[in-house]
Amino acid sequence: MMVSTTKSKGLPKASGAVKKAVGSYGKDKEALIQVLLDLQAVFGWLPPGVLREVSEQLDVPVVQVYRIASYYKAFSLQPRGRHIIKVCMGTACQVRRSPQLLNTISAVLKMKPCETSTDGRFTLETVNCLGCCAMGPVVAIDDVYHSNPSTADLQKVFESAE
Amino acid sequence: MASKRISSAKELEQLGRDIASKADPDKRIVSICTMSVCGQSRGSGAIAERFAEEIRRAGLEEKAEVRQTGCQGFCEREPVVIIFPEGFYYVNVEPDDVPEIVSATLSKGELVERLLYTDPTTGERAAKESDIPFYSHQMPIVFGDNRRINPREIDDYIGLGGYGALSKALFEMSPEQVLDEVKKSNLRGRGGGGFPTGRKWETTRNASGETKYVLVNCDEGDPGAYMDRSIMEGNPHSVLEGLLIGAYAIGSHEGFIYVRDEYPLAYDNTIQAVKHAEEYGLIGENILGSGFDLRVSVHRGAGAFVSGESTALMNAIEGRVGEPRMKYIRTAVSGLKGMPTCLNNVETWANVPLIINRGSEWFNSIGTEGSKGTKIFSLVGKVNNTGLVEVPMGMTLRQLVYDIGGGIPQGNKLKAVQTGGPSGGVIPEQYLDTPIDFDELTKLGSMMGSGGMVVMDEDTCMVDTARYFISFCCEESCGQCSPCREGLRMLREILNDICEGKGQEGDIEAIEDIAEVMQDASLCALGGTAANPALTTLKYFRDEYEAHIREQRCPAQACQALTCYYIDPALCTACLICRRNCPTEAIYGEKGIVHWIDQEKCIKCDTCFQVCPPRFSAVRRISGEPLPEPPAPGTRVTREEKG
Repeated sequence: MMVSTTKSKGLPKASGAVKKAVGSYGKDKEALIQVLLDLQAVFGWLPPGVLREVSEQLDVPVVQVYRIASYYKAFSLQPRGRHIIKVCMGTACQVRRSPQLLNTISAVLKMKPCETSTDGRFTLETVNCLGCCAMGPVVAIDDVYHSNPSTADLQKVFESAE
Repeated sequence: MASKRISSAKELEQLGRDIASKADPDKRIVSICTMSVCGQSRGSGAIAERFAEEIRRAGLEEKAEVRQTGCQGFCEREPVVIIFPEGFYYVNVEPDDVPEIVSATLSKGELVERLLYTDPTTGERAAKESDIPFYSHQMPIVFGDNRRINPREIDDYIGLGGYGALSKALFEMSPEQVLDEVKKSNLRGRGGGGFPTGRKWETTRNASGETKYVLVNCDEGDPGAYMDRSIMEGNPHSVLEGLLIGAYAIGSHEGFIYVRDEYPLAYDNTIQAVKHAEEYGLIGENILGSGFDLRVSVHRGAGAFVSGESTALMNAIEGRVGEPRMKYIRTAVSGLKGMPTCLNNVETWANVPLIINRGSEWFNSIGTEGSKGTKIFSLVGKVNNTGLVEVPMGMTLRQLVYDIGGGIPQGNKLKAVQTGGPSGGVIPEQYLDTPIDFDELTKLGSMMGSGGMVVMDEDTCMVDTARYFISFCCEESCGQCSPCREGLRMLREILNDICEGKGQEGDIEAIEDIAEVMQDASLCALGGTAANPALTTLKYFRDEYEAHIREQRCPAQACQALTCYYIDPALCTACLICRRNCPTEAIYGEKGIVHWIDQEKCIKCDTCFQVCPPRFSAVRRISGEPLPEPPAPGTRVTREEKG
């Protein structure tokens, strides 16, 4: 699914943001993961330009930067929606029928897991455990946790998300 | 907090006394779990704000204050409000209940009866925490302080005697004596391995190398377990104190705390705790004037289950891909950056100050022959009282599930308890009287692991459970060694087929063969144990596998490909509830007209089954038998709606 990659207003330029992130760890090469986490938080994903910039400023081969960025789940190499929906697939949620909850969310939003909606509003993801096991099944929408939401609850939250 | 650095044991003691004496014994404390995502997900933040507002409005600022705490354990009943000193315990509190609590309890010390916990079996109300069966069987030595402290206030911890064990270690004991005490305590690693902590410390201490590292593993990746998150969120200083004591015994001057990416609140609270401890001089150089130094940095994970493995975690701290290495040499000898490194789990470190304070003899008085102390379990899944429970080792699964957990919801029958996460297995009902400790559960083919305890009832499919764990490990395998990478992929294919009704004779034997190779030939413990969920479900529930393969039937009616939903025309009252809740508008019918499901449109989300009122129970799950014909369009309701 394609999403417009035009830069939104308000996002900092790659070089400046990378400089700030790299600088806050004293240009330590071992801080590569921490730097990328900071940049993921700034941009919502890791655009190619940012990764190249990290490689240059941290003096780490670009292939190594990509290796890290593609290995860990916290990083996204594609633009993501403005609202991130994470459906927990942990064991406790699983036995309380989280796959069915995922089906419901998929049906309400008319999109499949791991997709971003064409209007760029939502990205639907699954996560292996949010550690909120007593509340299962749990879905986190923009880091707000919802415990066993009804179809109506979900529709309300999605409608209010711009 | 005071701005001054604490430069001696005496000053620490004085500060603790000052904080304790400043606390007005007549002032009521309203303890609310806002520093945990469980509480937050139920709106505890709004409750805390409302309390602050109502206390102000009633002019009770001198007589009552709100304390925002971490996890208090009974997550199922969140938001929970505990009022100290009485210990009144209110459950499922709504913001609009707050004015009544303020006017009755905070002003007059009276109970608000309707907010008390009611025992579902006896119908009796419990005024205090200690009257609630969920708590009365517990022994919260590690976890108990959570409800008394705000994790972002170091003074709360010091006021309860916090860092006293560190002071005792630094000034009254030699590093050898500390090590000896921990060895004698027989403390074993709480992360799942159960390796004797004292021996690990000793190996690191005796290894050659000037630089040594101490590490806290808070990469709690096991799905279904969240005790490390709750300690790190709710009482980070207890972990820091343990780490400091360990570093002193081992001779390390640099520590790392690794927190997984999915735990942002735990990360924030850890950062804050380290900062406060540095300001007080409890971390850094010349700690408490003892001459002992320890620097501590906090490292965020980036989302990889295998990073919880010790060597993979060390790779991640070095900024590399979190893959395990071959352990020809133990990490205690050559770990982080090739230096001797002692890595312990959050809960293990949090036990250390207790052992130093109260002695190894006391610690040995709790638990079983081979497993001493307590263990925190996350009791979750199909059980009435979900939450975190801390019990002495040796309690039986039955006590845990029934006495503390209050049994299975909706009168369903327990099928199994899954323990040990993806490396563990399922323990069926007939073994419920097994005492829980490191060794006993291993004998049953499972393991205690980090303490995840997922209760499964008759609606849980055991083949699907195996498929779930195998898929989990398949996604999380780092892919370095072929037994794990390929074995898991093959197991996943076979199990997917079985769950979809495409299983064949010989599949079960193939699973067993592949599992054997994986156990023998994988590089790390993840691969070596990944087949356990498949093996234990096969061992105890082979008949379920056979039903899937031979009859295309899922006995639990959980596998979506083998299950259909059907509305029984004789039971349907045409109440419209299922129709309104169906996300795909697959249900037809109207008032007075029996409802029916369009199987083409149905996505098997289970919503209709769940929302159909139990007094009607008109929606049925059907597996392994032909779906009855839907009623003719326009069939009128024959059942009368009662109540």
